[in-house]
Amino acid sequence: MALSHDEVLHLAKLSKLTLSSEEVLHFADQLTPVVDYFRELNEIDTSNVPETSQTTGLVDVLRTDEVDASWVLSQEEALSQALKTHNGYFVVPAIFTRTS
Amino acid sequence: MNIPLSISEVQNDLVQKKYSCVNLVEHYLSEINTQNKTLNAFLTVTDEYAYTKAKELDRVITDNPHAIKEFPLLGMVVSIKDIYLTKGIRTTAASKVLESFVPQYSSTVVERLESAGAIIIGKTNCDAWAHGASGENSDFGATKNPWNTEFVPGGSSSGSAVSVASGLSFASMGTDTGGSIRLPASFTNVVGFKPTYGVVPRYGVISMASSLDSMGHFTKTVEDSEKIFAVTRGVDGRDSTVVNHSYKAVSPTQKFRIGMPKEYFAKGLSPEIEQKVRAAAQEFEKMGIELVEVSLPHTKYAISVYYIVQPAEVSSNLGRFDGIRFGNNRDSFGEEAKRRIMLGTYVLSSGYYDAYYGKAMKVRSLVIKDFDDAFSSVDAILAPVSPSLPFKIGEKSDDPLQMYLADIYTVAANLAGIPGLALPAGFSESGLPIGFQLLGKRFSEPTLFELGKKYQAVTDWHTKKPS
Repeated sequence: MALSHDEVLHLAKLSKLTLSSEEVLHFADQLTPVVDYFRELNEIDTSNVPETSQTTGLVDVLRTDEVDASWVLSQEEALSQALKTHNGYFVVPAIFTRTS
Repeated sequence: MNIPLSISEVQNDLVQKKYSCVNLVEHYLSEINTQNKTLNAFLTVTDEYAYTKAKELDRVITDNPHAIKEFPLLGMVVSIKDIYLTKGIRTTAASKVLESFVPQYSSTVVERLESAGAIIIGKTNCDAWAHGASGENSDFGATKNPWNTEFVPGGSSSGSAVSVASGLSFASMGTDTGGSIRLPASFTNVVGFKPTYGVVPRYGVISMASSLDSMGHFTKTVEDSEKIFAVTRGVDGRDSTVVNHSYKAVSPTQKFRIGMPKEYFAKGLSPEIEQKVRAAAQEFEKMGIELVEVSLPHTKYAISVYYIVQPAEVSSNLGRFDGIRFGNNRDSFGEEAKRRIMLGTYVLSSGYYDAYYGKAMKVRSLVIKDFDDAFSSVDAILAPVSPSLPFKIGEKSDDPLQMYLADIYTVAANLAGIPGLALPAGFSESGLPIGFQLLGKRFSEPTLFELGKKYQAVTDWHTKKPS
C-alpha cells in the first residue's frame, strides 16, 4: 500500500514538521516499503495474545510529594537555554491573533 | 605511554605512581588530537574539565590510602555518548536542534560515574537522537571505523565504540534501544554491554523509545564492564522504571548450558560471521559448557515489531522539542528524525493504530514468550550480533528499510527487556571485526559477565588494536 503525498503532508502536519515538496515525494517513496514490510505481522494469529507495552511489570510507582531542594532549578537556570525570554518568562509564539 | 587493558591494572600503576591521572588525561587528549580528525568520534572534548578532575583525583590518591576502595572507577578516563546530559557541558544528541544546548543538570549515570572517580574526557558522536545502525545519521558527520575508515563503525553509539577501540578513552557510555551498543561493539572489536531494562536509570538521558532504552557501556574487558555496571545500576528515585535487584554472584562451580538459536543461524547470515560465532561457541564447549539448539520462532517478526513500537515512542518523545525552553525549532530536525517521527505518527494514528501499534504490542508478547521458553532450559543464548560485516559508508544510507534490517539480531533483546553482552570473536578476511552476543533472562547479568570473563580468559581478540 503506497503512502500518498496527501498522507505524508497530513503526517507532517500532525507532527508539526514543515516539509519541502521534494521531501514529501522522498518520504512517500521511502516509507511505503517500510510500512509494507510490517504486513508480515498479519501472518500471526494474535487473537488470544495480550499486549505488552513495557517489560518491568511495575504498576503505579509513587513517591512522597515532597520538594527536594537539590533537584530544583533556579529561575535563572531554567531560563538559561531559552532563545527568547521576557521579564523572567519564556516567550512563546502567539497562538491568538488580534482581529479588531 | 602504554595503558593496561583493565582498570585494576591502571589503578595499581596509579597507586605506585608509575603515572598520574593527569598523565592519563594528557595521553588520551593527545590521541584524540591525532586521531579525531579522521575518525570524527568526538563532538566535544572537555580538556579543562578533565584536567581539573584528574588533579583532584591525584590528590585523593596521595592523601587517601583507601582511594581505590572508595572510588571504584578511580582514574578511568571515559567518554560519554552525546545523549547523556552533562551539566555545563554541551549536549547535542548529534542533532542541529540541540547544537548549542548546555544542560542545567547531569544524568544519573554521569553523576554516578564521576562520584566513583571516573574522568570525563568528552562527548561522543552518534546517530542523531540515537536513530541509526551506522553512525551516518549524525548531523555533524559520520564517525569512521578505525579498522578501515571507508566503513561504518556501526551505530547508533558510533563515537563511543570508536573511542574505546582506538584508545581515545578507556571506556565509554552508550545507549542501546535496538542494538546501538552491541552492534558498534561488534563492528569495532570492543566489549559492548546492554543491561536489563529498568536496572540502570535513564534519568537525564535524552529519550529515544522509553520502553526500550537501556543505558550501557563499552570497554575492552568484561571485568571492567561488570565494574561500571556495579556503579551505574540501582534506583535513583527519578526514573520510576528502575528496580533495586539484589544481584548474587555466580557460584564458581555452577554448570552452564548455552542455547544456540537456530533462527539466528539461518539464511541471510554471512558465512564468515557464522564461522567465527560458531568458533566462539566452541570455546565454551571446550570448557565443558553444554551447547544446545534452541528456537526463537518469532525472531523474524521482531524487526517489524521494533520498527512500529520504536518510532511510535520516538514520535511522542520528540514532540517536546519545540525550540521554546531550549534548543532550536523543529525545522532543525534531520532527515532520519523526520522519517521516524512521521512513521511513528502513522502507526499511532486513527484508523491504523490497531493494525500496526496494537498488533505490534501483541507480537511483542510472543517475542518475550520465545525467550522465556528458551531460558527455561538454558542459562544464556549465544548468537551473532549482525548478519553482515560492517558496510561501506553511504552503501545503505538511501535505503532506510535495508538499514533497519541491520538490527535484525539485536532488537528482540530490547523488546524483551533482557540483557546482552557483545564480545569480539575475530576478524573477516578483509580485516573487519566480527562479534557475537550472549543474551540472558532479565537480571542475569552475573551469568553473562561470568561467561564473558571465561571466554576472554581463553581468547585474545579483545587485545587487538587497529593500526
